[in-house]
Amino acid sequence: MQPTDIHDPDYFHKVVDCQWACPAHTPVPEYIRLIADGRYADAFMINWKSNVFPGILGRTCDRPCEPACRRGRVEDEPVAICRLKRVAADFKGDVSGLMPPPPTTRNGKKIALIGAGPASLTVARDLAPLGYHIVVYDGDTRAGGMIRSQIPKFRLPEEVIDEEVGYITALGPEMRLGQRVDSLKGILEEDYDAIFVGTGAPRGRDLPIPGRQEAAANIHIGIDWLSSVSFGHISKIGKRVIVLGGGNTAMDCCRSARRLGGDDVKVIVRSGFDEMKASPWEKEDAIGEDIPILNMLVPIAFIHEDGKLVGMTFDKVKAEYDARGRRNLVSTGEEPVFHGCDDVLVAVGQENAFPWIERDIGLTFDDRWDMPVVNETTFQSTHPKVFFGGDAAFGPKNIIWAVAQGHQAAISLHKFCQGEDVSVRPPPGVTVVSQKMGIHEWSYDNNVSLDLRFKVPHRDKFAALSDIKAEVELGFDIKLAFAEAQRCLNCDVQTVFDDKLCIECDACVDICPVDSISFTKNGDEADLRTRLSAPATDLTQAIYVSKDLKTGRVMAKDEDVCLHCGLCAERCPTGAWDMQRFLIDVAQAGKMGAESACCSK
Amino acid sequence: MTFIPKPKLHHPDLQKNALGYTRRDYEGPVSTLCAGCGHDSISAAIVKACFELDIEPHRVAKMSGIGCSSKTPTYFLGASHGFNSVHGRMPSVATGANLANKDLIYLGVSGDGDSASIGLGQFAHAMRRGVNMVYIVENNGVYGLTKGQFSATSDKGAKSKRGVINSDEAIDLVGLALQLGATFVARSFSGDKAQLVPLIEAALQHKGIAFIDCISPCVAFNNHEGSTKSFDYVREHNEALNSLDVISGRDEITVDYEPGTMEMVTQHDGSVLALRKLHTSYDVNDRVAALSYMQERAAAGEIVTGLLYVDPNPRDLHAHMDTVETPLNALGDDVLVPGARALERINAGLR
Repeated sequence: MQPTDIHDPDYFHKVVDCQWACPAHTPVPEYIRLIADGRYADAFMINWKSNVFPGILGRTCDRPCEPACRRGRVEDEPVAICRLKRVAADFKGDVSGLMPPPPTTRNGKKIALIGAGPASLTVARDLAPLGYHIVVYDGDTRAGGMIRSQIPKFRLPEEVIDEEVGYITALGPEMRLGQRVDSLKGILEEDYDAIFVGTGAPRGRDLPIPGRQEAAANIHIGIDWLSSVSFGHISKIGKRVIVLGGGNTAMDCCRSARRLGGDDVKVIVRSGFDEMKASPWEKEDAIGEDIPILNMLVPIAFIHEDGKLVGMTFDKVKAEYDARGRRNLVSTGEEPVFHGCDDVLVAVGQENAFPWIERDIGLTFDDRWDMPVVNETTFQSTHPKVFFGGDAAFGPKNIIWAVAQGHQAAISLHKFCQGEDVSVRPPPGVTVVSQKMGIHEWSYDNNVSLDLRFKVPHRDKFAALSDIKAEVELGFDIKLAFAEAQRCLNCDVQTVFDDKLCIECDACVDICPVDSISFTKNGDEADLRTRLSAPATDLTQAIYVSKDLKTGRVMAKDEDVCLHCGLCAERCPTGAWDMQRFLIDVAQAGKMGAESACCSK
Repeated sequence: MTFIPKPKLHHPDLQKNALGYTRRDYEGPVSTLCAGCGHDSISAAIVKACFELDIEPHRVAKMSGIGCSSKTPTYFLGASHGFNSVHGRMPSVATGANLANKDLIYLGVSGDGDSASIGLGQFAHAMRRGVNMVYIVENNGVYGLTKGQFSATSDKGAKSKRGVINSDEAIDLVGLALQLGATFVARSFSGDKAQLVPLIEAALQHKGIAFIDCISPCVAFNNHEGSTKSFDYVREHNEALNSLDVISGRDEITVDYEPGTMEMVTQHDGSVLALRKLHTSYDVNDRVAALSYMQERAAAGEIVTGLLYVDPNPRDLHAHMDTVETPLNALGDDVLVPGARALERINAGLR
């Protein structure tokens, strides 16, 4: 193998698995150290800079970081990254002084943001401080988009939304709330220099099976129903409720129904339990609230008597896999199963809908999905002035994706308005700093905690179910937060090897608790991976290879399960190993209030 | 010094041996020796050898004297017995322990000061008596604990870290062991675990005195230009005689080397040492030839390593003394105390 180029910003970034997995590349270990240090405001600002909604995401994020967490590879469970984010938000105190001030001068450019959800708000936050005249349109009277309309209050209290949306509106964008945009052509005819579409995926998929029309009064589309609940238009539901669908919306629907009078609420899903799209913890919470999840049942019909819904019939199916490994759900041939109910909530997916975009304005839609054609890097549509982001760009995903895409779209909008080439993307800023403080002393806590993952305290079930606005998760207190933060392995503190200093004494090999380090003859990667102290079978994890050493061998380190405990560097007599903190600052539009988000030590 | 314990977390695919232990179960607390000390590599090699041989930790007695080397038994086999004796007196204590309970595996760890200076006499007698034990000298040619004076194994002409040239002749422990009748004699290097681990395994299986002279660079006081026990010097002058595989009963013996280069030595307990000969003319069973070969190569400035001599049918102290099968410490008073009548008979015989 060629010697590893550790100056490639991606190399060490990939070692920080959580940050690499986060669409917004939040510097997770950095803010977790700040939490352990009691510096909650600084931890919050690091999050705020990367993901804009720390308090909101700390409760609702889909957590792509957690399955990626290295801790999950050396013991049972990853660090509770998401819930630590919430800790930063809960204990930060007043951060208004750390926020970037609204611009004092305008740069003369005007940008329309359509939709006031997470994607648009991210664009607003990135561009407003640069002096852009930002105009945000939304049909609802309050900003937040799906964050406000679809996520139940028992998961995300209103105050948290108000606060974090408030930090953005305080930057001075012009908020035209209650103004639904019905024509993109109309907007294009106004004096905007660029337009960003962040209208989400607002349409819930229906289930056109027999009985749908006849029993319509008691059949509700999930996201519309959640939105009505959220805005207080609906406050009760029948005693027996069936929720159709296996995603997070279905989980929100069933748990909301439990709080609005549903005593017998069940979720019925076509697929198997493990294939459900809902996050495992959401399923767990639903089951914990006495909601059974019934799998492998495909709806046949809504059954109604005298125009009133009485239940549904389902076909029992089993999974069969074809030669190419694709799954088909095949009827078992058994009698249809009947489940009685008073109401049905249909949460079988969401769709994009762009009836308000004229098809003759030079903005191409693809034939297959009727979605706008959008560049995956620049988020520019085929109409150069129009950019997309969030669910509106590539279909339904999670908030954190909307934020990440908002940042990228903001860069493009900025470049476009400044007359630059949007396809040239700004590089990240990278700093790598030694953490050595003394002979065997580091500026991070390298003693690996052996604690198992701590559970977040929940509100008493009876109290939780009797009030739809009572938040279920209570969040870690400071003591629990510290203990959980200590489980983080500090993967951003990198093991950096200097081949010129190494005397090949084997001290690092002997001390490494996870057999990551080997000194061996070089070879091609497939061969080398089999000859290390422990075979390196995870091909997604890199092998760090040095130049040739004095004996003709190379140092080869499998990054896979390195604990970043620094013992290799402590036991190295010549300082050939050093622990260096790698901080990557993913580029954002212009200069942010980043200077206020200081680092941990 | 490292101030944190080695984390208990380990590689998810860490293997278990026949006893259900992982290699990590054979470790001890974290070493307090200088970072990079060769001795720590030897500890790691012992850990690996005991793991691979499925040795029950509680069947091992670690014996040592005084010095950096003699501290190391703390850092491996944390679940084994140990005795840290007076300076240079490890062989006596090991001999006594072995006499009392011959069922334990005795692993003596000593250094060049402990065995070649203050304990040279003790060393000699353990060799000639053939105490059934593994005797490892962690040889760095320097008094590290007292900051770098020449030890008795420092080569004549070697330069100290301060620039002083050693004028005394070195004691060659390998030569002494061969002369004094040791039945297993090897030399190795802490920086070459591929060679060292099988040697320790073979030594542990040898039923007699098994001596390993292991050159172990002192990174603090004897790893400089002019030293003859530095990593660079040893690597440059290392002449390996053979490379060893230890084959225990359950492994299939497969040999894929050229004819004449492979030699199988079946030991008393049925285990097989598969020797891949790097010097085809060398006979590992010839004590006299070994002695002269060692001296010849040493004069040529080479450090000969590998398995130097092995007697496939060794006799140990207990064989010499014809003791009973049962360890002495397991015999009851009825056997050990002959009684008044027997005493009278003995006394009568002496009158």
